[in-house]
Amino acid sequence: MSERGRTIAGGLLFAPLAAVPLVVTSGRWIEFLELTLFTAVLGQGWNVLGGYGGQYSFGHALFFGTAAYIQALLQFKLGWSPWLTMWFAILGAMLVAAGVGYLSFRYGLRGSYFALITLAFAEAFHVLSRSFIGLTEGGRGVQLALNQDPAQAFATFQFNFAGPFLSTYGFYYTILVFLSIAYAAVWWMQRTRFGAQLVAVRENEDAAEALGVDAFRVKLGAILLSAAITALAGIYHVQKFLFIDPGIAYGPAKSVEALFAPIIGGLGTVLGAFFIHGIGETTKEIIGTFWQERPGLDLILFGVILVLVLGFAPRGIAGLLGEAWRRATDRACN
Amino acid sequence: MPPTGRATDVLEVTGLCKTFGGLRAVADATLSVAAGEIVSLIGPNGAGKTTLFAMVSGFLKPDAGTVQFQRRDIKGLRPHAACRLGLARTFQVARPFPNLSVHHNIAIGAHTRYRRRNQALAIAAEVAERLGMASRLDDHAGSLTVAGRKRLELARALATRPRLLLLDEVMAGLNATEIDDIVAALRGIRATGITIVLIEHVMRAVKSLSDRAYVLNHGRMIATGTPAEITRNPDVIEAYLGHGAAARLADGQIDA
Repeated sequence: MSERGRTIAGGLLFAPLAAVPLVVTSGRWIEFLELTLFTAVLGQGWNVLGGYGGQYSFGHALFFGTAAYIQALLQFKLGWSPWLTMWFAILGAMLVAAGVGYLSFRYGLRGSYFALITLAFAEAFHVLSRSFIGLTEGGRGVQLALNQDPAQAFATFQFNFAGPFLSTYGFYYTILVFLSIAYAAVWWMQRTRFGAQLVAVRENEDAAEALGVDAFRVKLGAILLSAAITALAGIYHVQKFLFIDPGIAYGPAKSVEALFAPIIGGLGTVLGAFFIHGIGETTKEIIGTFWQERPGLDLILFGVILVLVLGFAPRGIAGLLGEAWRRATDRACN
Repeated sequence: MPPTGRATDVLEVTGLCKTFGGLRAVADATLSVAAGEIVSLIGPNGAGKTTLFAMVSGFLKPDAGTVQFQRRDIKGLRPHAACRLGLARTFQVARPFPNLSVHHNIAIGAHTRYRRRNQALAIAAEVAERLGMASRLDDHAGSLTVAGRKRLELARALATRPRLLLLDEVMAGLNATEIDDIVAALRGIRATGITIVLIEHVMRAVKSLSDRAYVLNHGRMIATGTPAEITRNPDVIEAYLGHGAAARLADGQIDA
């Protein structure tokens, strides 16, 4: 499938996703879908820079965590509305992205060097968020007050006590809207000169430069857009769980999640996200059934599956499906 | 050395130097190209030709010397900026965007002058048509043959609407028919008013195409003149065939 084909395929998923509450009533399944869509937002954010731009970041928690902290702290310390703080969260993530992007791209860090610098920045913020206790509350984390007044559900951006429908589906639709925004942004990007130049930089940076592409500016643009989308995941996470701490915000888990979804799924990040959570939940179930509680065992199994996927389907699930589709149509034509 | 500064000069390079570690890749190279000319840059392998191109197009920073393009100092300008001024280069080893179609490859060049996607794609189709690549527009660039890739390099560079084209061995690895095609294409390009400097080893093409040639050896310009003058120059013969070759050639000891 072409990149455009994947975007369309991804877009077609939205109609059934929007209709999910008509079918799925189990809270557990909604939780599962919500987390899947959350991973898809993270993945799509990463995808702008990594998939389209070829700049593999290992530290996208940097943008997720910064947005989450700003979203939480401005409410916690200054009592601002979450609808106002979210703009500052997006802006903050983009500012951090501008700093990291400027440093790495100005000095021509590519490939594993770029991966390492992003990882290092995420870890640095991890440590800083623990030590600047006056600002971030340190390792104790920031706990937001739970709103129990249904009338205030929208004002507080909390759906936990927002009536029978919204208390189950409110956050599901929140993350679905965020994912739609992420997809729309990528869809728009593919139709612009910026998008074309970004792919050219991924394919061959020197050749792109020789053809008038300002690789530095294009990569900087990509990391800014990437951070803005990733910030949406951070905003959702804070509103949903009303809690953030250094480990959740800047720990390696979110960075890994962000890059696994597009790599496993191919560029159709929704597929990858479903796969990750599908496998994650299944392995947990299997282990729970056969070996009771064994913390960490599911991660080992998950790792094995990841290696198998990368070994046998290097272009991801979307690549596999595209291949199968091509074979089927070839056979039909002959 | 002061620039000679002819009014029609498109490219004026003076005293250009580049050292890699202890190796003097280019030493005091001077070259000037007038508008509408086709100028060849020849010399044995490792003479510094590609290094000279890289410095002119902004990929390498010269240690010393000046580069003037259309009488404007462009030394230190980054490649994309040089390209926007109208100076386009191709690479010796073709560097296609392998996962993009031929059409989208060329459109990247066209985007230098056109912001809108459909405009760039239209220009790209036009350029492909001119270079006889119209039937391959939808092919992946990665699937092209060597000849196809060389032609794509040329098409992409051309789509940037350059005033000056620096072509690095666009004929290497091509067969006789393919070379004739490219020679004809380059003549057509010159006819549209684009100045061309080419690094070339295919002497037949150098002789039939170029108005003048420069010879680089061990990073130094050892000769300049018309192709006929160059091939008679004893220094040039020695550069290619070894010390004393010119004398032996004159004595009839070896065949030319």
